[in-house]
Amino acid sequence: MRQALYAGWTGMREALHAEWTKLRTVAGTGWLLFAVIALTVALSAAAAAAVKCPTAGCGQDPAKVSLTGIELGQAVVAILAVLAISGEYSTGMIRVTFTAMPRRPTVLAAKAAVISGLVLAAGTIAVLASVLAGRLVLPGNGFTAAHGYQTLSLTDGPVLRAATGSVLYLALIALLSLGVATAVRDSATAIGVVLGLLYLFPIIAAVVADPHWYRHLQQIGPMTAGLAIQATTRLRSLPLSPWAGLGVLAAWAAAALLTGGLLLRLRDA
Amino acid sequence: MTTGTITPYRSDMRAGRDGFAQLLHAEWTKFRTVRGWVIGMAAAALVTVLVGLLGPAGTSISCSGPGGQACNHIPPVGPGGVAVTDGFYFVHQPLAGDGSITVRVTSLTGLYPPNGALPAGQGPLAGMRRGTQPWSKAGIIIKESTRQGSAYAAIMVTGSHGVRMQYDYTHDTAGLPGAVSAASPRWLRLTRSGGTVTGYASADGIHWTKVGTASLAGLSSTVQAGLFAASPEYTVTTQSFGGSRSTGGPTQATALLDHVSLQGTWPRGAWTGDDIGGETGANLPGAGFQQAGGRFTVSGSGDIAPVVPRQGLSRTIGDSLVGAFAGLIAVIVVATLFITAEYRRGLIRTTLAASPRRGRVLAAKAIVIGSVTFVTGLAAAVVAVPLVERLERDKGFYVFPATSLTELRVVAGTAALLAVAAVLALGVGTVLRRSAGAVTAVILLIVLPYILAVASVLPAGPSEWLLRLTPAAAFAIQQSIPRYPQVISSYTPDVGYYPLAPWAGFAVLCGYAALALGLAVFLLRRRDA
Repeated sequence: MRQALYAGWTGMREALHAEWTKLRTVAGTGWLLFAVIALTVALSAAAAAAVKCPTAGCGQDPAKVSLTGIELGQAVVAILAVLAISGEYSTGMIRVTFTAMPRRPTVLAAKAAVISGLVLAAGTIAVLASVLAGRLVLPGNGFTAAHGYQTLSLTDGPVLRAATGSVLYLALIALLSLGVATAVRDSATAIGVVLGLLYLFPIIAAVVADPHWYRHLQQIGPMTAGLAIQATTRLRSLPLSPWAGLGVLAAWAAAALLTGGLLLRLRDA
Repeated sequence: MTTGTITPYRSDMRAGRDGFAQLLHAEWTKFRTVRGWVIGMAAAALVTVLVGLLGPAGTSISCSGPGGQACNHIPPVGPGGVAVTDGFYFVHQPLAGDGSITVRVTSLTGLYPPNGALPAGQGPLAGMRRGTQPWSKAGIIIKESTRQGSAYAAIMVTGSHGVRMQYDYTHDTAGLPGAVSAASPRWLRLTRSGGTVTGYASADGIHWTKVGTASLAGLSSTVQAGLFAASPEYTVTTQSFGGSRSTGGPTQATALLDHVSLQGTWPRGAWTGDDIGGETGANLPGAGFQQAGGRFTVSGSGDIAPVVPRQGLSRTIGDSLVGAFAGLIAVIVVATLFITAEYRRGLIRTTLAASPRRGRVLAAKAIVIGSVTFVTGLAAAVVAVPLVERLERDKGFYVFPATSLTELRVVAGTAALLAVAAVLALGVGTVLRRSAGAVTAVILLIVLPYILAVASVLPAGPSEWLLRLTPAAAFAIQQSIPRYPQVISSYTPDVGYYPLAPWAGFAVLCGYAALALGLAVFLLRRRDA
């Protein structure tokens, strides 16, 4: 029993090492991680510069504004995660991988761990830089104490929760993408499915007139629910509480990984 | 001495055809025989219809339904087939045949609820503040009948837009500028001759200028003519994330008119006051008219104008095609794969060996994927619009009428949007040669700006610039109700208004597609396959 556990663990360690080597030595990984950071920070800074708060109580959420870039950065995270598995399918590498490591769930778990780690690292840099940009830009646009806003600071509980949550959000997006890509195998289809899941919910919700149906759509959409973690003002008017929102996204990611893992076991590579 | 010339060898076989038609045929065969792509296109059509149905399907509001929601008021339809609001106070008498009416207006004042809503439990006019709305209006009007939505022509003074001549709800012409007062009165005249009504204005009653001419089709011989006053609802719009919220309340305008002179046959000889649209509660209790000597005081609420979509239970044809976003993503995936799959499998080398003119290969691909997408998109839109509209009506929504020309533009335009997006995806796919990157780039270019503009923290200004500069501008092709300067409303993308004109917005997407295709041809020629 102990031996079996030990064998499983060494298998995992080797799998992790193998996946890390693969991801590290593919030329695109570095560029994609750089793009995650650059695009997230660029859009966040642009949003912070665009939003003005001319009067007291202008209804804007400074933390949400300065983390807007996540909506763009998540697409690059999705590419990274999708390519980690569908890249192997397109080159046939997957057969080598499974010959070397026949425990397919272990391979998937190792991929998930390595990608989450990378995304958490890149996401932390992106979120910290975004919050810093918001902290520097927003006071100039009227987000001042006179209008009832404190300077954006990570020592503030809700802001810290929004920032940490945004990093976790990116990691969950990576896991969701990995699961979808494992299930559909083709990279273009996988990325289309992932971006469709993320971006279609807010669009449909925007044209829905019934307030109940609007709330439901916001509650079940992986992006609309997950981004509830960024809210720091008027939490009562949210369709669901911040952590519950991130939980919805986690459920999507778990379901996608489970489906992917199941299909991985059932199908030929 | 003569030398015999040697005839070069010519094969008896017919030369292989290498025309553009063959290239098109080859690309069509490639598309047709890849099962995944055909399924992808079919899926695009299917999700366009299904996602469109998703919006109204989940709505539980119905006329008799739970929540006690009042039945949606169905606005009358004006002569041009547009939905209109027709509520005002009308002091009228019949005019038989041709004739004219002239008045002098010496004052226009108004009342409005300062906080958008009237304080409850007090008199209906309690808490009202003095002041006109920009489009409070009073003057003279010639109208087919007192039926709401009937044809009319009117000349009026307004709260802050000077003298205007308006007719048949959508037409608006500016006359003398400046506000009206006792010191600077405005003389107004309408002359009816057959189906033509001409409006004149003057500052002194002596020197008249023509403001405009209205031809009202099918105007009966006896019409209702007289004085009117109206004042549109006062709205306060607050912008917050997740859209804008409007609160409002009814307002009232009061005008003083004198020097009323009538020409022609006015068989009745006496004035009647009517609260047009009164059953909808447009007029406040103070509405009415007083006649003392030659002086009239007319007070009224409401508006004579087209109705524009606001957030709530009204729907436009563009809303029925929200599923096109889902279809768009599927189309982008297929169109990208149409070129990146060739790179992945190495087929591109065979393709370019068979037809070395690379620009023509890409042109053939663009034509094939563009046409296939257009046909698919057209079929999906033609099915989606009536299906979704029917479901919306069943659920108690009011669906804005649109002329068939507008409907054609929205439906065919949506198909064209998908087709050009497919060409853009083909171009980006050729440039990047990688599926995942290309698909993401195109989706981010077209869909993300729309999301940022419609459902994000961005305020109206930057949102509108996003919808001018990015390929998302093309969704302007789905705008079915024009923006009317004489109606104050929040003309934002979430209610179906775009900053660019429909075809201008579409041209922006075409520009991006042309740029991507041009770059693709350039790189395809320069690079090794």
